[in-house]
Amino acid sequence: MSAGRDAMEGQLILRVVSKFLIPVIMLFALYVQFHGEYGPGGGFQAGVIMASALIVHMLVFGLDETRRVAPLPVLRVLSAGGALLYGAVGIVAMLFGGNFLDYGVLGPTAPTGQVIGIIVIELGVGITVASTMVLLAFLFAERVRER
Amino acid sequence: MAELIDVLLFAFLLATAFYVLLSRDLLAVVMVAGIYSLLSAGMFLVMDAADVAFTEAAVGAGVSTLLLLIALTATGRWEKPAGHRVVPLLVVLATGATLVYGTLDLPPIGKPDNPPQVHVAPHYLERSGEEIGIPNVVTSVLASYRGFDTLGEVVVVFTAGLGVFLLIGGPRRRRGGEK
Repeated sequence: MSAGRDAMEGQLILRVVSKFLIPVIMLFALYVQFHGEYGPGGGFQAGVIMASALIVHMLVFGLDETRRVAPLPVLRVLSAGGALLYGAVGIVAMLFGGNFLDYGVLGPTAPTGQVIGIIVIELGVGITVASTMVLLAFLFAERVRER
Repeated sequence: MAELIDVLLFAFLLATAFYVLLSRDLLAVVMVAGIYSLLSAGMFLVMDAADVAFTEAAVGAGVSTLLLLIALTATGRWEKPAGHRVVPLLVVLATGATLVYGTLDLPPIGKPDNPPQVHVAPHYLERSGEEIGIPNVVTSVLASYRGFDTLGEVVVVFTAGLGVFLLIGGPRRRRGGEK
């Protein structure tokens, strides 16, 4: 995205507005992530919203700036880590004497355990989705730059 | 009122779909495809499927539009005129006709004794409050009752990222060229 960086250098309105908006988008992503039990949303939507905040950052400020915030190795680890976190909840439930992904055993009562399990697996979903989407955008953008 | 909104949304959906089909300006096509997703999200909202609408708006109108825009910077803005289009047209028409034929057997939308309404849905709606303890039944179905499916979906997302990474990421190509 070297072209993108140079092209956006003079776009003052775009740069200022996205500076204001990106934190709000990220905050909204966290709200969607941790409010999914009460309202519409959950890990998948939150991950996509968080990723779009970072992708907008990349489009406006350039690939190098965004890679300082979210380095590629970190994204790679997070992309696998979210799915592993999800699977680990299932294994932990088995260690507690339940079935795979049976969160009821994770808490003192079955509903409490369910809520704990759901919050953790939604976090795993959000982490994997967000980091994978940003990873895809980075890979495409790098490919564009190499041309 | 609801019918009027339905008709308007369908009309705009058709208009955007035809624009995507006919335009050669791929930048405009990506934008209009995003609007198409936003209109679909509106239709899901009219059908009270807030979670689906949210996903459609975030994925279809949001992140996939961004990814397509980045891809466009690599491929160019204008679509090249295509040659023979008879075979693809026949394939599309045959597939479309099969799908329409398939819908003839579907029960009418919203009928109380439809199979999805009488199988496990009543159990979820009546018991998820005490079994799972969270107000949003959609989340309890996706995350707990159907936890295996969601785990599979997360692995699919990870695998997609891994596939793209293996295809176009990793070490530079130049190393092979220098040999």
